[in-house]
Amino acid sequence: MNAITPSKEERAEKLQGMGCRRKRVEDIRFVQGKGNYVDDLKLPGMLYGDFTRSPHAHARIKKIDTAKAAAVPGVVAVLTAETLKTVNLAWMPTLAGDVQMVLADGKVLFQNQEVAFVIADDRYAAADAADLVEVEYEALPVNVDPLKAMAPGAPVIREDIKDKTEGAHGKRKHYNHIFSWASGDKAATDAAFAKADVTIKELIVYPRVHPCPLETCQCVASFDKIKGELTLWGTFQAPHVIRTVGSLISKIPEHKIHVIAPDIGGGFGNKVGAYSGYICAIVASIVTGRPVKWVEDRIENLSTTAFARDFHMETEIAATKDGRVTALRCYTVADHGAFDACANASKWPAGLFSIITGSYDFPTAHVLVDGVYTNKAPGGVAYRCSFRVTEAAYCIERAMDILAQKLGMDPAELRMKNLIRREQFPYTSALGWQYDSGDYHTALTKAMDKVDYKRLREEQKAKQAAFKRGETRDVMGIGLAFFTEIVGAGPSRNCDILGIAMFDSAEIRIHPTGTGICRLGTKSQGQGHETTYAQIIATELGLPADNIAVEEGNTDTAPYGLGTYGSRSTPVSGAATAMACRKIKAKAQMIAAYMLEVHDDDLEWDVDRFSVKGNPERFKTMTELAWAAYHEVPPGMEPGLEAVNYYDPPNFTFPFGAYICVVDVDVDTGVTKVRRFYALDDCGTRINPMIIEGQLHGGLTEAFGIAMGQEIRYDDDGNVMTASLLDYFLPTAVETPSWETDYTVTPSPHHPIGAKGVGESPNVGGVPCFANAVNDAFKFLGSTHIAMPHDHWRTWTVAEKLGLHG
Amino acid sequence: MAKTHVTMTVNGKAVEGLVEPRTLLIHFLREQLNLTGPHIGCDTSHCGACTVDLDGKSVKSCTLFAVQAEGGNLLTIEGMAAADGTLHALQEGFREMHGLQCGFCTPGMITRGYRLLQENPNPSEDEIRFGISGNLCRCTGYQNIVKAIQYAAAKLAGASVKEAAE
Repeated sequence: MNAITPSKEERAEKLQGMGCRRKRVEDIRFVQGKGNYVDDLKLPGMLYGDFTRSPHAHARIKKIDTAKAAAVPGVVAVLTAETLKTVNLAWMPTLAGDVQMVLADGKVLFQNQEVAFVIADDRYAAADAADLVEVEYEALPVNVDPLKAMAPGAPVIREDIKDKTEGAHGKRKHYNHIFSWASGDKAATDAAFAKADVTIKELIVYPRVHPCPLETCQCVASFDKIKGELTLWGTFQAPHVIRTVGSLISKIPEHKIHVIAPDIGGGFGNKVGAYSGYICAIVASIVTGRPVKWVEDRIENLSTTAFARDFHMETEIAATKDGRVTALRCYTVADHGAFDACANASKWPAGLFSIITGSYDFPTAHVLVDGVYTNKAPGGVAYRCSFRVTEAAYCIERAMDILAQKLGMDPAELRMKNLIRREQFPYTSALGWQYDSGDYHTALTKAMDKVDYKRLREEQKAKQAAFKRGETRDVMGIGLAFFTEIVGAGPSRNCDILGIAMFDSAEIRIHPTGTGICRLGTKSQGQGHETTYAQIIATELGLPADNIAVEEGNTDTAPYGLGTYGSRSTPVSGAATAMACRKIKAKAQMIAAYMLEVHDDDLEWDVDRFSVKGNPERFKTMTELAWAAYHEVPPGMEPGLEAVNYYDPPNFTFPFGAYICVVDVDVDTGVTKVRRFYALDDCGTRINPMIIEGQLHGGLTEAFGIAMGQEIRYDDDGNVMTASLLDYFLPTAVETPSWETDYTVTPSPHHPIGAKGVGESPNVGGVPCFANAVNDAFKFLGSTHIAMPHDHWRTWTVAEKLGLHG
Repeated sequence: MAKTHVTMTVNGKAVEGLVEPRTLLIHFLREQLNLTGPHIGCDTSHCGACTVDLDGKSVKSCTLFAVQAEGGNLLTIEGMAAADGTLHALQEGFREMHGLQCGFCTPGMITRGYRLLQENPNPSEDEIRFGISGNLCRCTGYQNIVKAIQYAAAKLAGASVKEAAE
């Protein structure tokens, strides 16, 4: 190599490809307040919609009088279920195969349910008028307890389907029953329990929580009567799905619907579903011929769109007396609220909950999930996790700690003994998943070494003795969690949404000057896709990341995709991006061979160029080849340099991690101080370590919020008690701990670049880690399982019940 | 509803408008002045996405009426960069230290950071964490926001030292 040609390393560094801490391109606009969010949009003649909502959790509607509302100056129209019936939109289909009221039809089924939609010139007039819609209710008995939903005589939640014995997922056994879903070998599992040395059993409840992104759900619908076309801007994590569902519901041809998801202020699962606000805004725009904006307020957000979890898991583990697990059995009641609007792949009513055997080598297992209706808001989204994976991880990690306690073993020792061994990968779990790759023992060993686990346990022992002697009122807890996720939905043989296979896509065009644009079917909500996809392209194509524009969220320009949730962007669209690059590269290689007058096979790829094997001075850079693609292609070759790839992943990916948390709990106040939190993640190939660390910090903070305080709580009358930020805990900078992050790298063998996805790992692993730490603190006093959330009051109550207050 | 005439200075520019007595300052800024940097996140004054600077104090513009800002001097995120487009040290710090993800809290967070550094040019980590505790972020876990404000504090301190030397 001559002096003029920079070294491979220098050239690679300039590209800012995979593995580098590239600064985010999105930030330039965001730090200047120039992001473009839905509520920033202002169209000529735009109207505002607002809902009248039900104060009752369950009531029959006797009468709706909209006259006073309609008389408010500025009000253009008031929609009710009766109006929507004229366009056949009073009800809408859900992603889970159920139907849902858009506006209350005959009765209300949960508090704050949408009853009427007022459209006015400005949002103040709309809010005034929404208050003046007069609704006469007749209260009905309420049930908000999923464990009582299938009791004889329980209130009938869904009169529309009370006599239906078949649901979208098979037989229904009660009028409030939605589905039963089972996985595993029941007979073998029961047999293993029958002969087990040791068993544990615990009802582990993951309470109802809410993703609560800082920006609520919102949209602007604009129907052009002349063209018969609808443009819908909205906070959509999955814009193409919204277009297809919108077309199926409204009967507007799909090519006449333009869905645009601009910048999104956080999603975390909240913005996957289709909500009444969207439908009402669309209908209102069709009715009025003007654009209509709908913006949810925070109370509406927390109480009506997209709860998560609410899984009640009766969990058992069987083991030998020396601590080998032999079977897992779990019966879960899933509270889906008043309508089954759960956001899962369509064939999976309990999502990927069968990842519940976690990171352990269970010979056999059986899970059964019953979904039920209650008088709570519909939803059932994955709050920063793949479908129901967080519930599974919390459940198994709590259960393993309970088993360790019963066996008198250290939780780390029990895990070490049962973790799937490196040589077992690819590993087929008892519930049928094929784990792609892992090196669990190395990860856990590294984590324990980093925090000096042994010394922590010694310190804890000394502190417990001091506590018993009355020298301190603090108890110390060490929480451990080893989690395995199943993300990147998904293979078309497993996953579809309403029949659409869950592939994803990338379309790349390289311009003559060697710059380009990549468009994708995913949609960033803060993940930094504009930065990271360009890094994949930089490495794959040898063009600087700064020269690649990344565009998402416009269904007219982007190839079809299923959107961003379930950590699927990197595993699926990241793979599509790499595969599209490889098509481009193959064509570039042919052009290079033609220009250099050698055979294709005589060329080798060298960072940013093709050079002649054994003669690196003869080369064509990708930038030169881009130019050539538009004026010097070999005879018979199509000009241009672009490719599209629709990637149907051969399998899910299985990120994993080992987390350790140390807490000190003041038994007199219930205040839990997080002394240390160490998170080791293995997400396979790392695209941008800066962004990975940022995702981990954010996800761990969400996990901290969930474990230590979040709950969407209802009273017996169905009043939602935690529907504003007064009551719903979002951690501030003061109580949020500092995070230590670390990693190992075990690439996914089936992914083109070996990446597994990382955004949701910290939520999945973090919640059980905090919970195990708090539980661990009280273990030596005889406590076995303390339910989440571990807020000060509840923790104080635990201490009180244990007789620690004298 | 009868409208009231308001005048104020926003980002160094005299502005005026007609508002209802109940019009929130955030709506006046966003919808009449088209300053869409400050955002609305909660309705209960908890989240701080709407934070702007009014007469030398951080205020949550969703909890003030526009008429309460009559005659006031306001700074929003749109007024942070220099006239030539050079980013403020805080804006630069947030990018350098990866202090943002979705960007929705960022304008409020930076505006709050600005007032914090005016009051305390060399804050400790604890002082920063307390100082921004009226601003919620759902993406970053705050760790890098703290670093971003430290970055800006250091840069601003260095700049003033340098200016003094010249």
